[in-house]
Amino acid sequence: MFQHHRLNSEITLFQKIKNLDYILLVSVILLSVLSLFVMYSTDGGEILFHTKNHFVKLSVFFPLMIFIALFNIKFWHNFSYIIYLIVILLLIYVSFFGIKSSGSQRWMDLYLFVLQPSELMKVAIIMCLAKYFHRIKIENVNSFSSITILLSIIIIPIIFVISQPDLGTSILIALSGLIILWLGGIKIKYFIYSFITFLISLPFIISFLKPYQKLRILTFLDPDRDPLGAGYQIIQSKIAIGSGGLNGKGFLKGTQSYLDFLPEKHTDFIFTLFSEEFGFIGSVGLLILYSIIIFRIVRIGAISRSNFARLFCFGYAFAIFIYIVVNLSMVLGLLPIVGSPLPIMSYGGSSMLATMIGFGIVLSAKINHKQMIA
Amino acid sequence: MIKSNSGIRKTDVINRRMFLIGAAKVVVLVGIIARLFSLQINENKKYLTLSDKNRIREWRLPPVRGNIVDYFGNVIAGNLKVYQLHIIPEQVENFNYLLVRLKILLNLSEKRIARINKLKAELKPWDSIIVSENLSWSQFVKINNYLYDLVGVKPVMTISRNYPFNDVYTHVLGYVSQPNEQEILENETIQERFVPGMKIGKLGLERRLENHLIGTNAIQRYEVNAYGKRINQLEHQKGEQGSKIRLTVDTEIQKACGELLNEEAGSISVMDIYTGDIIAMYSSPSYNPNLFLFGISQDEWQLIRNNPLKPLINKTLSGLYSPGSTIKPIVALSALENKVIDTKFKVKCTGKMELYGQTFHCWKEKGHGWVSLKNAMKQSCDTYFYEVSRLLGVDRLNITAEKFGLGKKVLGDYFDTEKKGLFPNTKWKKNNLGKGWVLGETLITGIGQGYIQTTPLQLCMMTAQIANGGFTIKPKIIVDSNPISYEDAKQSMESGLLFDTDSEELLDKKLFKNQQNIKIVQEAMFASTNERFGTSYKSRIDDPKYQFAGKTGTAQVKRISKRERELDLELEQIPYKDRDHALYIAYGPYVNPRYALSIIVEHGGSGSKAAAPIAKKLFKLIIDRHDLRNKQSNFERITI
Repeated sequence: MFQHHRLNSEITLFQKIKNLDYILLVSVILLSVLSLFVMYSTDGGEILFHTKNHFVKLSVFFPLMIFIALFNIKFWHNFSYIIYLIVILLLIYVSFFGIKSSGSQRWMDLYLFVLQPSELMKVAIIMCLAKYFHRIKIENVNSFSSITILLSIIIIPIIFVISQPDLGTSILIALSGLIILWLGGIKIKYFIYSFITFLISLPFIISFLKPYQKLRILTFLDPDRDPLGAGYQIIQSKIAIGSGGLNGKGFLKGTQSYLDFLPEKHTDFIFTLFSEEFGFIGSVGLLILYSIIIFRIVRIGAISRSNFARLFCFGYAFAIFIYIVVNLSMVLGLLPIVGSPLPIMSYGGSSMLATMIGFGIVLSAKINHKQMIA
Repeated sequence: MIKSNSGIRKTDVINRRMFLIGAAKVVVLVGIIARLFSLQINENKKYLTLSDKNRIREWRLPPVRGNIVDYFGNVIAGNLKVYQLHIIPEQVENFNYLLVRLKILLNLSEKRIARINKLKAELKPWDSIIVSENLSWSQFVKINNYLYDLVGVKPVMTISRNYPFNDVYTHVLGYVSQPNEQEILENETIQERFVPGMKIGKLGLERRLENHLIGTNAIQRYEVNAYGKRINQLEHQKGEQGSKIRLTVDTEIQKACGELLNEEAGSISVMDIYTGDIIAMYSSPSYNPNLFLFGISQDEWQLIRNNPLKPLINKTLSGLYSPGSTIKPIVALSALENKVIDTKFKVKCTGKMELYGQTFHCWKEKGHGWVSLKNAMKQSCDTYFYEVSRLLGVDRLNITAEKFGLGKKVLGDYFDTEKKGLFPNTKWKKNNLGKGWVLGETLITGIGQGYIQTTPLQLCMMTAQIANGGFTIKPKIIVDSNPISYEDAKQSMESGLLFDTDSEELLDKKLFKNQQNIKIVQEAMFASTNERFGTSYKSRIDDPKYQFAGKTGTAQVKRISKRERELDLELEQIPYKDRDHALYIAYGPYVNPRYALSIIVEHGGSGSKAAAPIAKKLFKLIIDRHDLRNKQSNFERITI
């Protein structure tokens, strides 16, 4: 035990690099290259604004991921609460001084790029909760004070995000938080009770929704209700995906996107373009790539000695999974339209930054998987 | 150790719960893939169709109408390349500057400029605005010279209907123009092929043969973006030009008819007496159908509409006239056929005839003395025909007249506006006027006055059937798939019976009981033109090659009062509206005849002075073109 401790704390840079998870790394690189090609297609087969910016972001955030990985997982454990608090402060800052755009106030101007703190919260909340469960004794997990603290950790950021307003991100933050609660050992009955309470209060919640949010739900239930208005996105998205067929229409040949029928094709609807051009085979291939990434993260969690690393990896793997599922269900018409990007593929700096930070911490856990944290 | 135990227990909980989540993830992932499969594989066709519907839009171009040619193949209704000027607003840098430039270059009116501005506001920026539908060549060249300065302007070449002979064929062909809503709804073919800017036949053969002439749309398929802007052309499907139609008419003769009538109100019809081919059919005055192609101006339209000589009426088919003395050949024939008279039968003309206290005047106040049929016809003695028709009776006369085509449409359904005219009998009067027939009415019917109404084409056909020896002909203006040569037509006539393909029955070709009677009438008509004292003697041609036989007619348009009769006014002294119509029917050459004609000059005065001289001028041309026409008989056979 002591031996291990000594070995891990005195690991050299060379060994660290050697210990990186190369399957995960290669998958992320593959995904990044793929995302560049798709971005090139959204620009109509030219290297324009989106492709250039996406490339710049990848080339900044990918090294950042490696940089984060080189820190000991213990370091990230120690700073988890502080990181969480910093992101909370950023959310507070945004709610007062943030940039307004199309009716919501989510962003802060960092001169070089515009940051959306709610995206960072997706990772921060997992770190914070992982640390909490790491430290608390299993006997105390279901105590009243523990549950109160846990719920507060989840609800405080959500209040800020939902008031931006940004329903999509707040749901994703909540889901990421809840999954850690589940993994950490909160009793199943509490989940069941909460779920029943949620169902009962659903009509009440709906009455609090903004008109456009209600419209989205109605549109989801029946997209043909208003084919040129609210239902336009989902109808066109389904047409694009459906017309892709088995092999797709070919790279740069997606007529739906090329001819501007697809809305927000750079961001939330990027999968639509991908699927139109590369078809069922391409789409399943992309899902397999994502599955490999998720599986690798889960594996890293499973071999980690510390429960912090384990919880973070499991939680983060689930978060990535849920982003993908929500995004795909949305473009496939299985869920109402809520703004949620597809990790790495979608255009958007904050989302990519948060994803890369998450990967960085996962890689740090891999390098230091034998590290015990007191 | 307790701590470490607790740590292990915690790890177990985490791992166990992670396993459950892992299982859930697989289920969800399978669900997503199933959905992808259903969209991309199962419903691929449906979405592919929807995607194409999204991106491909068809632009149909107006079909190109079929040409109409005359008997000699000259195009009389064709298509012309026209130069148009379009503006594409999104390409224009400074719209107002452009309009100012165009205004100067093309001399555009303020109204036109306002219209362009209105269109610009209504249309999408990439839709072109038509500035000018029909640029002259010089305008087109001018625009092309200044094109560097006119950003966003596109000179376009397109196809438009064109009538190269202007007003010569207006009443035969009609004209084309933009259809109104009702016209689109009425005709399924038009409905199917309609595109804005398309023109359809409004009148005449253009209207009647619409479904043959119309042609099919050319289709251009474009890929469009979500906003409807054309991105690139995918396909161009050529349209088919409408069927070509060959008419029986001869442009040279038709043109000559127009020149001879010289803007006076009237009509000339010329017909082949064996085949029934209409050689010419001119109604005067005419108007230029090309005016209607690009929208006639209000001023021009009013000028045509308000012309007292009524250019809008096709007088050949729709003009109803008392035939006057031109009916006399039929009266004579009917009397001969019914054995009421013979060539020796004579009547003494004293200038008038008294009947039940009513006086019936002969045109010659002093009277003609004792006249036989030949003399009566030659000098057009009214008294003789009063007496003959009194003996014959109107009902027997009616039978003969209807046999020869009076009171019936000549061309059937080809012209909507064709009138049937009227040849009265006692039954007709009882049914329609509710009164009994009066003998006096028989007398005036015998000189072509009273209830009787004929169209110029009916008179032409009647003359043709006398000329060919008394056989039925079926007049036609379109060359059918199986044109009959005149020898065949002549032979089939003489055989007496002919199977009519239209009515599917055997037609009795013979209109006579004794062909000798026809001869007698022919000889009388010959005398009227070629013997001294004949009413059209002055208009005769002595050369046997061109020699023709005819009959003049002068139709009263109002009852002549006793005072007027005594005054015996010159033509110029009578108000235009009250002047008699001048008529003339003729056929020739007298030996081996081929053509018959009828001429009417409205309010022209007497037939011998106003109408017969026209025949003299026309006959030479008609006969001279006979050989050419014969050579053309197999020129082209077109089925419609």
